[in-house]
Amino acid sequence: MAVKVSMKVNGKAVSGEVEARTLLVNFIREHLRLTGTHIGCDTAQYGACTVHMNGKAVKACSMLAMQAEGADVLTIEGLAKPDGTLHPMQAAFKEHHGLQCGFCTPGMVMNAVDFSKRHPNASEQEVRESLEGNLCRCTGYHNIVKSIMAGSRAMAATK
Amino acid sequence: MGAPLIGARIQRKEDYRFLTGAGQYTDDVTLPHQTHAAFVRSPHGHAKIKSINTSKAKAAPGVLAVFTGEDIAAAKLGGLPCGWLITDVNGQPMKEPPHPVLAQGKVRYVGDHVAVVIAETLDQAQDAAELVQVDYETLPAVADCRLARAKGAPQLHEIAPNNTCYVWALGDKAAVDAAFAKAAHVTKLDFINNRLIPNAIEPRAANGSYSRADDSYTLYVASQNPHVERLLMTAFVMGLPEHKVRVVSGDVGGGFGSKIYLYAEDVVVTWAAKQLNRPVKWTADRSESYVSDAHGRDHHTIAELALDKDGKFLAMRVKTTANVGAYLSTFASCIPTILYATLLSGQYTTPAIHCEVTAVFTNTAPVDAYRGAGRPEATYVVERLVETAAREMKIDPAELRRKNFIRSFPYQTPVALQYDIGNYDATMAAAQKLGDVAGYAARKKASEAKGKLRGIGYAAYIEACGIAPSAVAGSLGARAGLFEAGEVRVHPTGSVTVFTGSHSHGQGHETTFAQVVADRLGMPIENVDIVHGDTSKILFGMGTYGSRSIAVGGTAIVKALDKIIAKGKKIAAHLLEAAEGDIEYANGVFKVAGTDKQKLFGEVAFAAYVPHNYPHDKLEPGLNENAFYDPANFTFPAGTYICEVEIDPETGTTKVERWTAVDDFGKIINPMIVEGQVHGGLVQGIGQALTEGAKYDSTGQLVTGSFMDYCIPRADDVPMFQVDTRETLCTHNPLGVKGCGEAGAIGAPPALINAITDALGIKDIAMPATSQTVWRALQQKKAA
Amino acid sequence: MHAFNYHRPANVNDAAALAAKSADAKILAGGQSLVQAMKLRLAAPTDIVDLGMIKDLAGIKVDAKSVIIGAMTRHAEVAGSAEVKKAIPGLAALAGMIGDRQVRNMGTLGGALANSDPAADYPAAVLALNATITTTKGTHAADKFFKGLYETALKPGEIITSVSFPIPKRAAYTKFKNPASRFAIVGVFVADMGNGVRVAVTGAGPCALRLAEMEKALGAKFAPESVANLKVKADGLNSDLHASAEYRAHLITVMAKRAVEAAMK
Repeated sequence: MAVKVSMKVNGKAVSGEVEARTLLVNFIREHLRLTGTHIGCDTAQYGACTVHMNGKAVKACSMLAMQAEGADVLTIEGLAKPDGTLHPMQAAFKEHHGLQCGFCTPGMVMNAVDFSKRHPNASEQEVRESLEGNLCRCTGYHNIVKSIMAGSRAMAATK
Repeated sequence: MGAPLIGARIQRKEDYRFLTGAGQYTDDVTLPHQTHAAFVRSPHGHAKIKSINTSKAKAAPGVLAVFTGEDIAAAKLGGLPCGWLITDVNGQPMKEPPHPVLAQGKVRYVGDHVAVVIAETLDQAQDAAELVQVDYETLPAVADCRLARAKGAPQLHEIAPNNTCYVWALGDKAAVDAAFAKAAHVTKLDFINNRLIPNAIEPRAANGSYSRADDSYTLYVASQNPHVERLLMTAFVMGLPEHKVRVVSGDVGGGFGSKIYLYAEDVVVTWAAKQLNRPVKWTADRSESYVSDAHGRDHHTIAELALDKDGKFLAMRVKTTANVGAYLSTFASCIPTILYATLLSGQYTTPAIHCEVTAVFTNTAPVDAYRGAGRPEATYVVERLVETAAREMKIDPAELRRKNFIRSFPYQTPVALQYDIGNYDATMAAAQKLGDVAGYAARKKASEAKGKLRGIGYAAYIEACGIAPSAVAGSLGARAGLFEAGEVRVHPTGSVTVFTGSHSHGQGHETTFAQVVADRLGMPIENVDIVHGDTSKILFGMGTYGSRSIAVGGTAIVKALDKIIAKGKKIAAHLLEAAEGDIEYANGVFKVAGTDKQKLFGEVAFAAYVPHNYPHDKLEPGLNENAFYDPANFTFPAGTYICEVEIDPETGTTKVERWTAVDDFGKIINPMIVEGQVHGGLVQGIGQALTEGAKYDSTGQLVTGSFMDYCIPRADDVPMFQVDTRETLCTHNPLGVKGCGEAGAIGAPPALINAITDALGIKDIAMPATSQTVWRALQQKKAA
Repeated sequence: MHAFNYHRPANVNDAAALAAKSADAKILAGGQSLVQAMKLRLAAPTDIVDLGMIKDLAGIKVDAKSVIIGAMTRHAEVAGSAEVKKAIPGLAALAGMIGDRQVRNMGTLGGALANSDPAADYPAAVLALNATITTTKGTHAADKFFKGLYETALKPGEIITSVSFPIPKRAAYTKFKNPASRFAIVGVFVADMGNGVRVAVTGAGPCALRLAEMEKALGAKFAPESVANLKVKADGLNSDLHASAEYRAHLITVMAKRAVEAAMK
């Protein structure tokens, strides 16, 4: 069954005719060709597919595109400023070597931005717990945690 | 020029694209007229294929083709080759059963590839794959390596009686037996080194295309070594000339060994692209990764250490059964032999070592290199034995290690390797200080006051990296050279593109290698780009594994840089009207020694490409050099890890409280990147010891086939790490580098298990030491 | 994922009617379990009835005696609700332990209960707090709602609209997580209702169940030591790779003791 889906992605109104079974992540990757949002698993543990929907981090591989009908979606491609300046969280990941192969990174950053907005002064333990839905196989998390703590502070400072 | 670039914490050049979603991983590549493949896989551990009916699938919407083993046989596609020949104890070659890319009459593990469905969309391909009807006659299966050679065990391959690939041995058995006979103390352990599933975050993916215009193929594939992939695929499987096949491995989301190998899916999509005259893409979903990626480890080992009354090691005896899975993967045969038994000397002067390895086929996914590859298994043997011996003999574990450290280099071990250099006292002392071992007793008391058990464990590991001197590897059975290639292309205005046969899938070569180049040439790092992962751009490459990139690939680049500078000197001599021998090069400037006459690097480059004033009689124009480097020896990174755990005796849950790692990687190019490699390796090692373990049931079903059951560590499972380095320079490469990619995964498991057994006051515990396993051990101890 | 017909009704009655039309229709709430099952082709509904547009199914109301939570209320909203935290802190804490942050932003109370996963968290709270489940067809008492493995008292086409949790005197939930999936190996909710104590465990059986012996012991004295040495029988408990029945039985005691400690804080 084909359905029409419309939403705002990275500030731009988009729509498409898709099969009803199309996942949000596939709509973003295949129809919009925004391939920064990744697919890592079938069972919702990896979190490489994390995007923001109406300002909240969600897993784009665990929902139908139709569940985002009318929503405001932000992907990793929409996070930096239009002139290319990195968001403070992106900059913190770069500065603190919070990424290696880069595959989990978009999901890590998107989740971290959402988390930091709500918990600007989180402890190391709280940051670790906030990553329950994001797996990384390269970094051992050490530098991701450092990046998020620094990114949180930078976000609070630029408010 | 500013501060030296070698040793500097330079932020990574590759990060911007990864952080903004602009990376280009294989699945991100969509070609014009793209089609999609879905594989039909065996649901059985062992079965005969009685028939396959594809008619319903072929008639399904959007389906373009369905291929089975019959089509593959008719097309005369060869099987997947194994790249390393092991010769057994009787001088016979190992058994190499055919490894077809689509099953021929029989399936031998869950996930074995039976058919492929290609359709306009992925959904259509997957819908139709369910319509392929395969009539199986299930057969008894064997998954446990300990049972593979048992009487009456199900037989996998006709050409491998008793499911035995080879029985291989290394070392002087008579000397070992004699040493054991006079030993004052013998420590013995019998354990499993648990099977692991690599789980790179990016699933494997392949996208094959074909051009009728020039009868050529292009394969985009998530690979750690695109040239090796091409060599194996063209020469051994498809019978194609290499120049007609381009393999591109752009951004790759982690490998850890699992993306070294030539896989059936890569061949099938490439071959099918010609049949359909359209590109064919396949990306594993995670469930497929679990059953079809090559797994790691899976040894059963009985190991003994003989000591004299003072704790000097006299000899070591090791007997291992290694599970190679249902078929031989690309490097499966050398992992439990050449990369394992040779490391059993560890950091110690053990004078006699004997190791016998029996490799067996089972109804499980093929087993091959996984981060560390043989060396973690060896380190586990050595460091568990040493720690256990120390406890049994009531000698401080650090002291027992010190008693036996190698201190004179070069050191010839009794298991073939010659260590060029090291300083094990230095890493041990630094780790003990950084880890505040002096304060441990107080911390233990504090844990006990909370009702918790605390333990401390050491591991002093060594690894052989910089794989490998080709002549040595060849004499041991390697069917390929293990050199590396690099090319330095200086552009007319002096910026530089470097092409390397090493492959970065997270290691940060675009930065580290650029640091080496910019440092040597004395130019800003921004002027240097590193290109990897494309056989049409790079002259050749053996790829990235075995912590070889900087030691072998980096050295190849240095050799090419030497040639660039040598040629530049000739050009500068001409331009400056000086003798070539008088030209010095430093900080981006060619200078006549002792004068202020000079030419900038860019000026020399420009002269090479705009050769109006040029020594045409002596030199060709242009400034582009390549080099192949074959290492003279392995490199030997080593270090000491100290781990402290706190265990909740009520639940059995282990918390890693402190972790100290002091490594000697030789010269370090970028400490930030090196630390990141250590952190990542440590967590994979912690995963092996604490949470990860692949389990097959007796019918060959993978019980741990998703993240719901196979537990890779999360952020809240691990602590912050204290890491530091000590430096002895590798003696046989110009950078003095050794490699750092695998150390963490090698040293971590024994350190952690040593800490847990210390906390529990027991001799041994199985990996992974999950909460349940620890709780049971405590119950048993209570009952005893 | 198999193909299906997609419906997005504007109100719950239309949703119920649509769901009743096909035997293989499925209600889509947050989708955090259903979409996974469909992706893995373990579930293949003919029709999906998406409740996402029905705004009045979400929301939290607190009165003197109870906390009433709309079926489409996301776990994150319950976890973060100041009112729930004040009235039943254990319930807010439980909601904050489900899945992970991203899952909690999508997953719903109604979806979790209707799915009745044997290792889901919410069922323990529903049972222990003696909640009342309101549906399009009436109400269900907690004790009669969970029937077995993925089985509830819901009839085809019956949709949960809200759940009313009586406010206890004190209560808490402790969870021993499956290290891989982070579902409950054992999760124990202890509630001192003032007129009696209810204890429910999830993860241990085919569905959430109450622990009569512990309720009795805690009814006599609400203190950790009342349950610390109460051995739970392993017979009939779940047994899997991560936890045998014996280990689960042991963990129930430990988690119950710790839940009582937490409730008394």
